Amino acid sequence: MQIKKRAAAVALLTAATVVLTGCASGSTTSAGDAAACEPSEGKVDLTFTTWIPGMEDAVKVWNDENPDVQVKVQTGPNGNGGTYQNFFNQLKAGNAPDLGQIEYDALPNFRVQDGLMDLAACEGVLDAKNDFVDWTWGQVNFGEDDAVYAVPQDAGPMAMFYRTDLFEANNIAIPTTWEEFAVAAEAVRATGGYITNFSQSDINQFAGFVWQAGGSWFENDGDNWTVDLASPESVKVADYWQDLIDRDLVSTNPPWTDEWNNAYNTGSNWTWNSAAWGANSIASGAPDTSGKWSVALSPQWASGDNAAGNWGGSSTAVFKGSKHPYEAAQFALWLNTSDEALTMLNKSANLYPAAKSGLELPALKEGIEFYGGQAIYDVFAEASAQVSPDFIWGPTMTQVYNDTSDGFKGAVTGNGTLSDALTSSQKSTIDALEAQSIPVNK
Amino acid sequence: MSTLTPTTPAKPARGIRSIEGKAPRAQRESPFARVSAMIVMAVFTLYFLVPIWWLLVAASKNRSQFNSTNPLWFADFSLFENIGNLVAYRDGVYLKWMLNSALYAGVGALVGTIIAGMCGYALAKYNFPGRELIFNVVLGGVLVPATALALPLFLIFSQISLTNTFWSVFLPSLVSPFGVYLARIYASASVPDELIEAARLDGAGELRTFFTVSVRMMVPALVTVFLFQFVAIWNNFFLPLIMLRDETLFPVTLGLYAWNSQVNQIPVLRDYVLIGALLSIIPLIIIFLLLQRFWRNGLSAGSVK
Repeated sequence: MQIKKRAAAVALLTAATVVLTGCASGSTTSAGDAAACEPSEGKVDLTFTTWIPGMEDAVKVWNDENPDVQVKVQTGPNGNGGTYQNFFNQLKAGNAPDLGQIEYDALPNFRVQDGLMDLAACEGVLDAKNDFVDWTWGQVNFGEDDAVYAVPQDAGPMAMFYRTDLFEANNIAIPTTWEEFAVAAEAVRATGGYITNFSQSDINQFAGFVWQAGGSWFENDGDNWTVDLASPESVKVADYWQDLIDRDLVSTNPPWTDEWNNAYNTGSNWTWNSAAWGANSIASGAPDTSGKWSVALSPQWASGDNAAGNWGGSSTAVFKGSKHPYEAAQFALWLNTSDEALTMLNKSANLYPAAKSGLELPALKEGIEFYGGQAIYDVFAEASAQVSPDFIWGPTMTQVYNDTSDGFKGAVTGNGTLSDALTSSQKSTIDALEAQSIPVNK
Repeated sequence: MSTLTPTTPAKPARGIRSIEGKAPRAQRESPFARVSAMIVMAVFTLYFLVPIWWLLVAASKNRSQFNSTNPLWFADFSLFENIGNLVAYRDGVYLKWMLNSALYAGVGALVGTIIAGMCGYALAKYNFPGRELIFNVVLGGVLVPATALALPLFLIFSQISLTNTFWSVFLPSLVSPFGVYLARIYASASVPDELIEAARLDGAGELRTFFTVSVRMMVPALVTVFLFQFVAIWNNFFLPLIMLRDETLFPVTLGLYAWNSQVNQIPVLRDYVLIGALLSIIPLIIIFLLLQRFWRNGLSAGSVK
């Protein structure tokens, strides 16, 4: 009897929870109207959720100049650390902020869930296209000419960080193609070091390699998604790295660990193919190697090519349900094109601007001591111009990263290969899309 | 948790065996059992203390030494300099977080304990229809993890526009089904009906009886509930993560997590996370040392009855 009663009590409680959740989910916010983007009357207060440190300083400049449009900064952990999930919860509850920080690879997820306001009708937004590095615009309009779902903020064009001193001392030429890179890898291995580390869990770095090779992981024809994780370009990149792993020419330390930092700090790893924001990661992870690094454009797949990949980068989006899309769009444009704001964000959070004018900031023209006085951002500016505009992210990137990373972890320990991992996450990604009722071509 | 392993069980065992005296097998086993018990405990002590030791050592290093020196021994001792930097970072936002945590956990646990104590006492000492049903529903609440309730709570608080406020974290923290359970068990065992009757005869109202007579007898249980609640609120992470967006409302757990999520791109935050984590366990240690004695009493009372 006692047990029965208790079970009934538990059931009651569970039911109550379900009912409450059900109620709240039912009252989703009405969709904002993309066609109308008119200035609001009177004083406007906007909320902006971001995890970028120092954002409030940049926002303060705006607030001082625009007494009628006051922006309040809200914060949290980085996107995948919980803020994206919060955005989805808030969209469901109808109290999303006006503006939010969203990385490029997460934008399609918000688009598919209908969380983003199309800013094309807002004054000046479509015209701003030419203010931004071409490919970043492709990340925010998903290839639709008459739509803009966010304003690009920063980018992560990739180049090669390398140890000038070690290459010189051992008389090894700096590789300019991936073929030369593999040859150099043998020479480096002969000295006892590794030319680089293959990261088993930075799947977006691998995506950057595929990006450079001319591949794309997803496609969207307006209705249906196509998943291309195991495209010929992807497999080419995977087989290339698999070969280096098999011949023990690259190390496979888990990235961002002490072990990984140490391999760079002690000089056992010689290069890192990484993004503009990586400059600070090396400087802090390998402090003993100051002055010994340089940056060169990434090795190419064919000699004479000039392609670069991209790793990271984010945008400022306006959420559906915002009552002041016009003001929000004006703020987003200012934040991501004004030299003053971009300089502050570069200083406080190492953001590498997506705006063309941002690449010319005085702060990004200086020689950097850690890199032997080289003006490394000139290299990244060149790389940024070489990034293809055709790479498209899918709506379930977290799942793609997890599944691919699981496969890569197996591959570096000898279970399966990198291209097996891509084939299997190709399948699991299609399943994941179907599970969310997102139309997908098989 | 090390407070849960007082060595008392070993002692009676020895005592009994020495009374039995001559059984040679028992005497042969005894040192072996003791040594192995000691080894197990030593291993666990080491297991629990090494991370804290590592944290202390890591927090005392400057950034270049962090990667290049022995992780378990000190280099140049710059702990206080590091603390100074942490406290100065972004106008002392870290101190604000500590203060918030102290408010959420301290006030929340105090009010939560009073509520749980009153509920438990009422369930134990008053006869009214539906008493068992209410108690069973509360027991059901013990089974539902707080994490599972965070999202429904967020949606409810959204309806009344209370998200991103102090109350959105504080109010849910007041509820402790386990506290009610413990208070009821303890009250029915340790507060005699005769005493309440006597207080009533002397003209005390029910509230006065509770606060002046019964509470005193329930102190061990209430302290236990307070400690449980304090630790649970201090460590509660998911609810603030979902509810709060304003940095000045964050508890220290959420703040450190937010910093930690960005160490790849802003390496200086790594130092602050380490030092911040070290400082954030100090209040827990203090409160444990102060109230440990009560906790042990309370726990044994709950488990025996």
